[in-house]
Amino acid sequence: MMPLVESLLRLLVWLLLAPLLPGLINQVKAWVAGRRGPPALQLYYDLARLWRKGVVLSHLASPGFLAGPAVGWVAITGAALLLPLGPGGGGVSFRGDVLLFVYLLAVARFCTAWAALETGSAFEGMGAAREVSFAVLAEVALITAILTLSVQSGSVTLATMLAPAAGAGAVLLAAGLFAVLLAENCRVPFDDPNTHLELTMIHEVMVLDHSGPPLAVVLHGAAMKLMIFAVLLVQAVLPIGTLSPVVAAGWLAGGVLGVTLGVGLVESLLARFAFRRVPLLLTTAFLLCLFALLLAWKGGGA
Amino acid sequence: MSGATVNLLVGVAMGLNLLALASSRVPSIIRAVAVQGMVLGLIPLLMETHFDWLVATVAVVTMAVKGFLIPALLGRAMRSAHIDREIEPFIGYVPSLLLGAAGTIAAVAGARALPLLPEHTGTLFVPGALASLLTGFVLLIGRAKAISQVCGYLILENGIYLFGLLLINSTPLLVESGILLDLTVGVFVIGIIVDRIQRAFDSLDTRKLTVLRE
Repeated sequence: MMPLVESLLRLLVWLLLAPLLPGLINQVKAWVAGRRGPPALQLYYDLARLWRKGVVLSHLASPGFLAGPAVGWVAITGAALLLPLGPGGGGVSFRGDVLLFVYLLAVARFCTAWAALETGSAFEGMGAAREVSFAVLAEVALITAILTLSVQSGSVTLATMLAPAAGAGAVLLAAGLFAVLLAENCRVPFDDPNTHLELTMIHEVMVLDHSGPPLAVVLHGAAMKLMIFAVLLVQAVLPIGTLSPVVAAGWLAGGVLGVTLGVGLVESLLARFAFRRVPLLLTTAFLLCLFALLLAWKGGGA
Repeated sequence: MSGATVNLLVGVAMGLNLLALASSRVPSIIRAVAVQGMVLGLIPLLMETHFDWLVATVAVVTMAVKGFLIPALLGRAMRSAHIDREIEPFIGYVPSLLLGAAGTIAAVAGARALPLLPEHTGTLFVPGALASLLTGFVLLIGRAKAISQVCGYLILENGIYLFGLLLINSTPLLVESGILLDLTVGVFVIGIIVDRIQRAFDSLDTRKLTVLRE
């Protein structure tokens, strides 16, 4: 009985806390700009409103249009359950679960792009092409970061990989992972989540034709992805696994909050980059992770 | 302890190499070169176990010249020529960044194979010097604007300086000060040349210099 309750609790933490992060980012942006801004709980209201609405379906859309967001959301939730939550450990943990984690994130992206193509609109095809071509570079950086963690802990299980502090390359790894977080979640230097200008959108284009519950699922999945990356970043850098449970939970919560505030500040202080600059920035993120990997390797060998 | 600090500084210099390769704006390349010169100027101070007036003077003068004087000269040349952006480099930013990173990794790997003195094996001097040389070459070859090429030359010189630090106890400081003087005069002259090129060709693109005209 206990494991079931524990899993439910873990699921509830992920499902209920995730929509708070975009709200906090918007609060930071509003504070920096001197506006009052939408309430921090705005995304919860939006999700509830969307859930009650009907769905508009294109004549061209096959059942894949509805299946895409659903499968994507399930994949992201699965990835969230694999990721250990500080002292709570992972919901499911086995040797090599990190590979499943990476692939679940890839499946989620594939499903979003697939559903976007289902609408038959050239506009959404363009968005899917952009998203997928940037993801190629971001994924390389993410996998290099995961290799770094794996080399320095000598393990391929997320729970043991994330427990110790990042070694000599902690700063490099943190910077690289933060850039990946911004790119994967379509945050400002890469993409502007607020814009609806056709030339500049990446992620927003893909979900333009979704409405009602499928859109709510897409939005909730995006919020959960942001939380996944924030938790991953914090646990990769801080020695969460070596602290006592209460302190570890405090550090984890504080770290995720810090990352969220950081995203908000980056978003307020930076303009989004021109498209041709994005590959350069992602290559930089990859190189940061690569040098962290080399440091971990050399440190482990010596 | 001081060995770790020196290695960290050399590591920062190697990071600045990559920053210079990735930046498209001329002011940020100049800034990267200036910071790199200052970081490298700090190293002789940390290497000495006992305080030496001569070494300290040379270090301070190096930092002042590389950190302030040369960037000021370059900045003036840049403003008088009204350019601050490299439009069409010969080698794009992503390829040059990847080249620089590959060069850095190869330098670190290759330096282990070299028969170094035992006191130099743990340091990053040789890899840092080789990586800076490579970065300087990539900038010299890959950029079209004269000022960016000068920055490449300065990074090249920083690499040679880093190599020279291995011999700090046996080279007379006169050599070091002579190099510094040459460098300053060189940049000063290049500043004037840049101005002349700008007046004659209305551009600092060195591609146009290959065309002969009356």
